[in-house]
Amino acid sequence: MMQLKCPWCGSRDESEFVCGGTTHLIRPDLTANDATWGEYLFFRDNPKGVHLERWRHAYGCGQWFNVARHTLTHEVLSVYAMTDPPPAHS
Amino acid sequence: MKYSALALLRGALSAHRNWVPAWRSPEPKPAYDVVIVGGGGHGLAAAYYLAKNHGVHNVALLERGWIGGGNTGRNTTIVRSNYLFPESARLYDFALKCYEGLSRELNFNIMLSQRGIVLLAHSRHDLDSMARWANAMRMNGIDAQILTREEVAARAPLLDMSPDARFPVLGGFTQRRAGTARHDAVAWGYARAADALGVDIIQNCEVTGFLTGAGGRVVGVETSRGRIRAERIGIAAAGHSSVLAKLAGFRLPVVSYALQAMVTEPLKPALDTVVTSPGTGAYVSQSDKGEIVIGASLDLFPSYAQRGSFAVLQGVIAATLALFPSFSRLRLLRQWAGIVDVVHDSSPIIGPTPIPGLYINCGWGTGGFKAIPAGGWTLAHVLATGRNHELAEPFQLERFITGRLIDEAAAAGIAH
Ligand SMILES: Cc1cc2nc3c(=O)[nH]c(=O)nc-3n(C[C@H](O)[C@H](O)[C@H](O)COP(=O)(O)OP(=O)(O)OC[C@H]3O[C@@H](n4cnc5c(N)ncnc54)[C@H](O)[C@@H]3O)c2cc1C
Ligand SMILES: [Zn+2]
Repeated sequence: MMQLKCPWCGSRDESEFVCGGTTHLIRPDLTANDATWGEYLFFRDNPKGVHLERWRHAYGCGQWFNVARHTLTHEVLSVYAMTDPPPAHS
Repeated sequence: MKYSALALLRGALSAHRNWVPAWRSPEPKPAYDVVIVGGGGHGLAAAYYLAKNHGVHNVALLERGWIGGGNTGRNTTIVRSNYLFPESARLYDFALKCYEGLSRELNFNIMLSQRGIVLLAHSRHDLDSMARWANAMRMNGIDAQILTREEVAARAPLLDMSPDARFPVLGGFTQRRAGTARHDAVAWGYARAADALGVDIIQNCEVTGFLTGAGGRVVGVETSRGRIRAERIGIAAAGHSSVLAKLAGFRLPVVSYALQAMVTEPLKPALDTVVTSPGTGAYVSQSDKGEIVIGASLDLFPSYAQRGSFAVLQGVIAATLALFPSFSRLRLLRQWAGIVDVVHDSSPIIGPTPIPGLYINCGWGTGGFKAIPAGGWTLAHVLATGRNHELAEPFQLERFITGRLIDEAAAAGIAH
């Protein structure tokens, strides 16, 4: 089973986590037009390669954190805090 | 060559040396009227209907691996049209009706078996929502029948119906015209029929880029086997749709996930319908070879790796054994995954892209095998005429901007 390293609890099985999808998405201003909202809500890069995503240790400490993970190999390249800037390998 | 009992007999008398390959393996020509990217069911069906319905024969279908090697050859083969909204009901029932005549039309046995599907209600809430679902289907003119607890037990006697079952069965509903079809045969049947109408099916040919001309219009593709020009291009690449969109310079509202399935060793006939338990995420049928076919729900993190996660495997097996305790003695033979193209409302996208001349068929997610004839038919229509087919009109990319989603998550939330 895939393991992820929670910054607070250490390596745990994938079954303890839920993936929250792409991270670093910035919510548009409330006055934004439909196209901007559509892009924000639905359109994604969906890369075959490194993906920056958020995970939550749902059945553990309950905390959110960011992960850089390769979507073809599932290799985790880095784990970083929710407010950290995107890492270099993206 | 027409397949028939007579041809089989002739083969038997000539040590079966009379058979010819079902399709040619031509070298790509420098230019075609239409190029289709992706040799799954949707791409193959589109190629066939381009030639058959629209008289467009100068068509190439480009497949990176082998035809049917994507999700079309990896699915659990369930066909049904039990959707909630009228737009979806029309589209999927059109496909089911095509399937009903397809073996004859293609002269290729797709082994359609309309053994029905039974959806299990495990709670009062399930009973209410299934009654709504079945009624919506009947309003759309599609067969549906609510089942009592006893009727479910009679349909699938191996289900655990005891009062202390982990997932008690309170009732359910059925679509009798649903069932299974042989997935490989659908791909091969369309390929053979398209080839016979002049379509070039080119395998081991990966599209690596798009050529554009005046006004940003696509005029061809770069491939691992050279440059091929085309008037119009259609993409039907399922889990790789976003990769191709990126090559062409736009984004899609798609996320790629692994969806897995597995089969047990074969056994004698034990289950003559498809049983789906939306509450637990498991669905089960028995193949004509005798294997119990078990499908899971999505591995819920983005993935292009064609293997499933053990966490999900464990969950679906636990659920299946709770429903069918006697299956605990069976051994699993194989487990695999396909990469599916999931969109927010679990409905497809069939139509133009932001790039002139480039069209797409994607977003089928966990349930596009059943829709192959309709997806192919409507993609061929827009490629040939430049106008959307009326069945495909509601399923346009722009709905993710206007907000007019067709949210079938209720019906397609489980993988089948
Ligand atoms: C485990 C599993 C179970 C399922 N069960 C069911 C079910 O019971 N019922 C149902 O209705 N649906 C089911 N589905 C969904 C169904 O299989 C798919 O929706 C359907 O097969 C999609 O067909 P397609 O032709 O769009 O894609 P695919 O069959 O995946 O074909 C796409 C093709 O594009 C090719 N390609 C990709 N990139 C390139 C490139 N750059 N150049 C050239 N070619 C390229 C790929 O190699 C592939 O062959 C299931 C899916 C899975 C994975
Ligand atoms: Zn933790």
